[in-house]
Amino acid sequence: MTINLLTTQELYVLSGVFLFTIGLWGTWLHAHYVRKIISLNVMGAGVFLILIALAYRGKDLLPDPLPHALVLTGIVVAVSATALALVIIRRLEDERDE
Amino acid sequence: MNETVFFTGVIALPLLGALLATVWTRQARAIGIAATLGMVLCAGGLLLHVQQHGAVLLAIGGWQAGLGITLYADGLAVLMVLMSALVMFAASVYALKYFGSAQKHTAFWPLWLLLATALSALLLAGDLFNIYVTLELLGISAAALAALGGKREGLVSALRYLVVGLLGSMLYLGGIALLYAAYGTLNLQALATQLQAEPAAWAALLLLFSGLMLKMALFPLHFWLPPAHSNAPAPVSAALSALVVKAAFYLLLRFWLDLFPPVLTPWLANALGVLGAVAVLWGSWSALRAERLKLLAAYSSISQLGYLVMFLPLLVVLEGEARNLLLGGMVAFALTHAFAKASLFLSAGILLQHCGHDRIRELGGTTQRLPLTTFGIALAGIALVGLPPSGAFLGKWYLLDGAFSTSQWWWVIVVVVGSLIASAYVFRLLGHAFGHLKAVERPRVSGMQELPALLLALLATFGLGLGAAGIWPLVADRSGVIP
Repeated sequence: MTINLLTTQELYVLSGVFLFTIGLWGTWLHAHYVRKIISLNVMGAGVFLILIALAYRGKDLLPDPLPHALVLTGIVVAVSATALALVIIRRLEDERDE
Repeated sequence: MNETVFFTGVIALPLLGALLATVWTRQARAIGIAATLGMVLCAGGLLLHVQQHGAVLLAIGGWQAGLGITLYADGLAVLMVLMSALVMFAASVYALKYFGSAQKHTAFWPLWLLLATALSALLLAGDLFNIYVTLELLGISAAALAALGGKREGLVSALRYLVVGLLGSMLYLGGIALLYAAYGTLNLQALATQLQAEPAAWAALLLLFSGLMLKMALFPLHFWLPPAHSNAPAPVSAALSALVVKAAFYLLLRFWLDLFPPVLTPWLANALGVLGAVAVLWGSWSALRAERLKLLAAYSSISQLGYLVMFLPLLVVLEGEARNLLLGGMVAFALTHAFAKASLFLSAGILLQHCGHDRIRELGGTTQRLPLTTFGIALAGIALVGLPPSGAFLGKWYLLDGAFSTSQWWWVIVVVVGSLIASAYVFRLLGHAFGHLKAVERPRVSGMQELPALLLALLATFGLGLGAAGIWPLVADRSGVIP
């Protein structure tokens, strides 16, 4: 006997919301910039998870392609922004060493 | 046919220019000037087209909304596009002589043209997801440009700027995920017809607006703006303060007018208005106490954006003709601030190069050595205070008018006190600049740098003050919003 408290889709959405919240929390509170960047990526992962869960339309149906496209674009943006942030952090660290 | 050329021109020309400037570094300057000049011409063409034929919608490549990318231009959007093209062009001319080393030019031009692309694309985007992409492009290119100053302070503030920008974008993305879940579309026009007052719309509004408020540095989320804008190279500061924060404000206004009317309440509008009022007072006060000219300009941006937000509580309650007048005044105010602030930052850059510092107390003798620049600063100051005949005067006039006619007298006090403090910080600056100091040998400043700053200031005071009449018919006609 199984009790369905949550559907899989709801579970994914809730986990996404959870990730989004802890990411937001971390970005705001951490002082170190590498931690801030990691928190931002966690936050992004949360939104992507929500969007992917939203694409699900039922067992026998194909998922909605639009949210998938959004997630792909979002990942590309997140990667490039993270790269830029890391370069700046690297430059700051190098200067401190000198 | 024509509008397709103009539409694609404002976005594709700087994008193409960015690619060419990356590959062909020797010609980067010429490419930059050509691309931004092309933008100005296309933006002008688009404005004339919209003036004659009303708002236009373009589905790129014939792919309809839902699958393809739609661009949308109404009076409000084309005015902002023309504003950003003009400021970008003037700052480009200024940048020709500003950067000393060829290396700086190689790094500057591609990023600069990407920033221009992002601005035009954002202002013309027709759906929420493209707005997200352009917001990110704008944030990343702006942060990279802000880091070009190279000093440690500049890098730290650029990094903070980048993180704040990303945080804002993430909040925004969370908001559009909610809207997609509730309504199944991200097209602005389709959403506008379906949106209802329900929890999903409320939560989306909260996320979208908090992301945008962070990006436009509305009090109390303004902490990142003064260091980021004051440590960047002069042309970059001009674009950041005049255009990039205003792009976030433009989105806020666009959502306010077109997307969220069913969920807006006077309560929310008043809460935002109060934040704007605090920003006006706090920003002007900090500008008055600023030691450096670039910091003064940055704090003054916080207060000027506060004024723009203070229009919102009046927009909610006013109707018909009075509302249109107020909206036009708001746009005139936004345009004036863009030109005046860009001019002030460019002039600050000239002073910084000429004197080696921008400490306000030690600016004595500037008037004798740099009369053109001082004149430009004075004109920009007139526009920032809101004296006639500047466009900001018209804006404040309609703001006061709206406050009186809806008997919300408390906004009047804020406008009066804010303007008084603004005139205090402008005259304090001019007072020091007019001070007498014995002449010393200083590096020469090229007219190519002084002229763009002066012309922008002239545009803010006289151009917009005397030629603002065209704004009202353009922004008042919002009938084309929903087909």
